[in-house]
Amino acid sequence: MGIVLFDGVAYGMLLFLMAVGLSITMGLMNFVNLAHGSFAVVGGYTAAVLMNQAGLGYAAALAAAFVAAALLGAVLEFVFYRRLYRAHPLDQVLLSIGVVFVSIAALTYFFGPTMLAFHLPPALQGQFLLAGLEFSRYRLFLIVCGVVVLAVLMLAMGRTRYGAMVRAAVDNQRVAGGTGIHVQRLFFLTFSLGCGLAGLGGALSLGMLGLEPSFPLKYMVYFLIVVCVGGAGTITGPFIAALLVGIVDVAGKYYLPEAGAFLIYVFMIAMLLLRPNGIVPKKGIA
Amino acid sequence: MKPITLTPGQLRAAEVLFWLALASTFFLAPDHRTLLSQIFIFGLFAVALDMALGYAGILTVGHAAFFGAGAYTAGLLAKHGWGEPFSGLLAALVVAGALGYALSYLIVRGADLTRLMITIGVCVLLYELANRLSAITGGSDGLQGMNVSPVFGVFEFDLFGKTAFCYAFGVVLAMFLLVRLILRSPFGLALRGIHDNRKRMLAIGSPVEARLRMAYGFSAAVAGVAGALLAQTTQFVGIESIGFNRSAEILIILVLGGTGRLYGGLVGAIVYMLVHDWFADLNPEYWMFWLGIFLIAAVMLGRGGIMGALSRRIRTKEHAR
Repeated sequence: MGIVLFDGVAYGMLLFLMAVGLSITMGLMNFVNLAHGSFAVVGGYTAAVLMNQAGLGYAAALAAAFVAAALLGAVLEFVFYRRLYRAHPLDQVLLSIGVVFVSIAALTYFFGPTMLAFHLPPALQGQFLLAGLEFSRYRLFLIVCGVVVLAVLMLAMGRTRYGAMVRAAVDNQRVAGGTGIHVQRLFFLTFSLGCGLAGLGGALSLGMLGLEPSFPLKYMVYFLIVVCVGGAGTITGPFIAALLVGIVDVAGKYYLPEAGAFLIYVFMIAMLLLRPNGIVPKKGIA
Repeated sequence: MKPITLTPGQLRAAEVLFWLALASTFFLAPDHRTLLSQIFIFGLFAVALDMALGYAGILTVGHAAFFGAGAYTAGLLAKHGWGEPFSGLLAALVVAGALGYALSYLIVRGADLTRLMITIGVCVLLYELANRLSAITGGSDGLQGMNVSPVFGVFEFDLFGKTAFCYAFGVVLAMFLLVRLILRSPFGLALRGIHDNRKRMLAIGSPVEARLRMAYGFSAAVAGVAGALLAQTTQFVGIESIGFNRSAEILIILVLGGTGRLYGGLVGAIVYMLVHDWFADLNPEYWMFWLGIFLIAAVMLGRGGIMGALSRRIRTKEHAR
């Protein structure tokens, strides 16, 4: 029981890291971005390649993953996404599916279709004992990372000027623009930040989920579930939802292996029926 | 370029000509009848999706759920001794339609994002279901051992796809005419109104949600027929017929042809399947790459797909198109 909860929380933290950027994109820019997993996978590949071939340390590789994904996000935002903020959601869906397909094909071309080899740094390998149970160090590290990112984001959103601008734009874009906030630039920065976080999540997930080119499609639904169930445009919502999804998924695989991925979809549909706007609805649509 | 103007009579002639041309491929390309019947089937599926997406404006990325439901219905019936094809189609229509109508209660009430999620969720859920119940559905090996009786008790499904071609063509044409009739009825006009301006339709007293539910259920039923057709003509149901990739594929076909236009789905299916067939030797990853590039280009550059481009060149005097 304790182990299941622990693993579920660790998994949930990964989902949170990868999905929180998506939550902001969807809430702030109303952009249905199915390609969010592509940024995560790019971050993961960057980290793995740098560690395997350039011999970089884990911390440096994580930072590089963040930067690489954020840069890619910035470029794509500048070239494509920026033009579609006011477009019909169908166009956004099509564009992002296109990005997913291209990313899968490109990664397969360069790295092959199999999972990437990856070795955790020795400091994170192995288990430690607590209250008679063996916990994995790596998963504890994931949980710590998730909590740290949550704390930093909460502080950044709640205490800084930039955070206030983002919150204003989420609540009401037009009024925010009217008060002199440069909404376009805000979108650009926030989108890149979200992509960077996804890349960081992808790099962190290397030891747990395993990265392969089809990762964006495989986990797309999970990210969307986290964002929809949690409430697009918030940070605490996806956090709670990610933990719930992680625990439900791990517990389902542990106790009811024959139910497979069912539980999670049933959970999602039930949650969406109970709270169509998410656990923590963003202001203005409650 | 001055647009060409067609009178309603010429337009009708063009429609008849289009279907005659499709029928004539039976003789013109006898080696490709299997491919052609698949083109018809995917065309019908795209037309079904168009009803929900293009006409009713419901953002759905999980329509393969209904295609697969229809395919498995017809497949299971044929496997367990009920091989009569037309009643199999009817059963698929009823099952997929009922499923779609039941789901429409979940789908119509939400915003675009919620709809997207629920449609994807249901599609993936059904995929898991088909995968898990491998004792019934064959799981990832697909459903084998179907035994479809001859059409009308006379025309056996042969190896060369003659019967499959004629059967698929006939059913697709009949379903298409039905869809055309429905979309041109007051109900279809109401759908178009809802798509264009939901608030005004509410204001003039149109029961918007009920209309959307009907449209979604009907679209699901037609998709189910398409799935059943594929199952019967190929005598096999693969698990991929219900997955997300199939949903994305049909969306691409529809976008290629043009959404919100009767012939968009059919034209898209013809072009997409032919191109896919040409590049079949290619590594699937390359195919995916170009598909992705195409999608991005379609969104950034062109609007309305092939039919959209055509409609800019050809005007009709008739307003109802």
